[in-house]
Amino acid sequence: MKVIVDMDVCKDHGQCVFSAPEVFQINENGRLVYEAEPDESLRDAVEEAADVCPLQAITIEG
Amino acid sequence: MGQRIVIAGASMGGLRAAERLRASGYTGEIVAVGDETHMPYNRPPLSKEALASEVTHEAVAFRLRPAVADVTWRLGVPIASADLEARAVRLADGAELAYDGLVIATGMRPRRLPTPGPTAGRHVVRTLEDACALRSELGPDARVLVIGAGFIGCEVAATARLLGADVTVVAPEAVPMRRPLGDDLGAALQRRHEQQGVRFLLGRTVAAFLGEDRVTGAELSDGTRLDAGVVVEAVGSASNTEWLDGNGLDLSDGVLCDNALRVEGRPGVVAVGDVARFPNPRYDGVARRIEHWSIPTDTAKRAAVTLMTDLGLSGHDPAPFAPLPTFWSDQYDLRIQSFGAPALGADDIRVLEGDLDGEVVVGYHTDGALVGVVLIGLPSAVARYRAELMRNSVAA
Repeated sequence: MKVIVDMDVCKDHGQCVFSAPEVFQINENGRLVYEAEPDESLRDAVEEAADVCPLQAITIEG
Repeated sequence: MGQRIVIAGASMGGLRAAERLRASGYTGEIVAVGDETHMPYNRPPLSKEALASEVTHEAVAFRLRPAVADVTWRLGVPIASADLEARAVRLADGAELAYDGLVIATGMRPRRLPTPGPTAGRHVVRTLEDACALRSELGPDARVLVIGAGFIGCEVAATARLLGADVTVVAPEAVPMRRPLGDDLGAALQRRHEQQGVRFLLGRTVAAFLGEDRVTGAELSDGTRLDAGVVVEAVGSASNTEWLDGNGLDLSDGVLCDNALRVEGRPGVVAVGDVARFPNPRYDGVARRIEHWSIPTDTAKRAAVTLMTDLGLSGHDPAPFAPLPTFWSDQYDLRIQSFGAPALGADDIRVLEGDLDGEVVVGYHTDGALVGVVLIGLPSAVARYRAELMRNSVAA
């Protein structure tokens, strides 16, 4: 599974962090950072994170 | 299997319902019916970034997961009526669709003012077409009158101002966004808007629109006359439930549901999104509709499980449904985020961090307990307050 966040679209709402904290984090500067190739076991959480993104900036491939 | 679920409504709630039904293991037919011609799209940008740039379906369309590739979309056709006894809906084009399960996801439509005067030049913001029509009239030369000082009205005011328009907001309340933010935070946000050049004429309403073929201005309840070539009516919304009339349902404010999103007394019929009125045990158990962006996703997840149970396809889920309502608003460079139910804590509002004219966290309390939080900025504080709300606001 590959996770792609369109950083031109992302506005650092951080909603994804609550759905999949293992994959998405807000750093000390308030910007989103994420793991691009998370373990398959996290798929449900990552899909939920993509659903709740206010800007719909998260794409899952594979 | 041969089962069919009809989803009435092809916006976010309808899409999420289809996704969750597939995720719950439903393999039967799904037909989603929507009155708009577009595949589901994300509405919040229509008063914010999409309105500020070019409004296209591509820019706001939801991605379709492979799991919902076999859903049948009947778009551009409103549902005319439903017979819940016969388990069938009738579409406006005369087609009849029988169902085993029904998802009500028809959402809301903007209220329109009954105010006399010309109608050309008067806008609402709900659909893509609405936003395109408004966008085509916004620019540095536009004189814009926004009626309504809730979130949509204030977002449109901010976006129009960023596009260089002359903007006046008229509303009956004394403070913008008063419900649910409260007087102090609402007044602080009004000051931010005024610093950007937006004019507020509060405590009054529009008595008449002026002009012949199209709007050229408005006369207010106090006799004030304003020039305005573009009017935006942001005065709340009404539930799209007329098609359910005649079935004995409580449609007094959306569709009354139980805590599992099952329409009261109607197994096999669920409602999702802002049209669903359901009790939330996180608070006082009173059934309410919630017009927040997080609600279609949350309710679809629960409603899909309920429908699977009613169709005999999965077991009963006894867990109470207690979503944490969440919404945000972008106005200028301000990020306003709300978690929980600020409106329920309106009698005990406290600044928890920061100050009202800068970055701030405002807490809303019931019986001393935090039930809602609104943040302006302070992204690093979000997780802490959200965790507190998740922990302590489920009523015993």
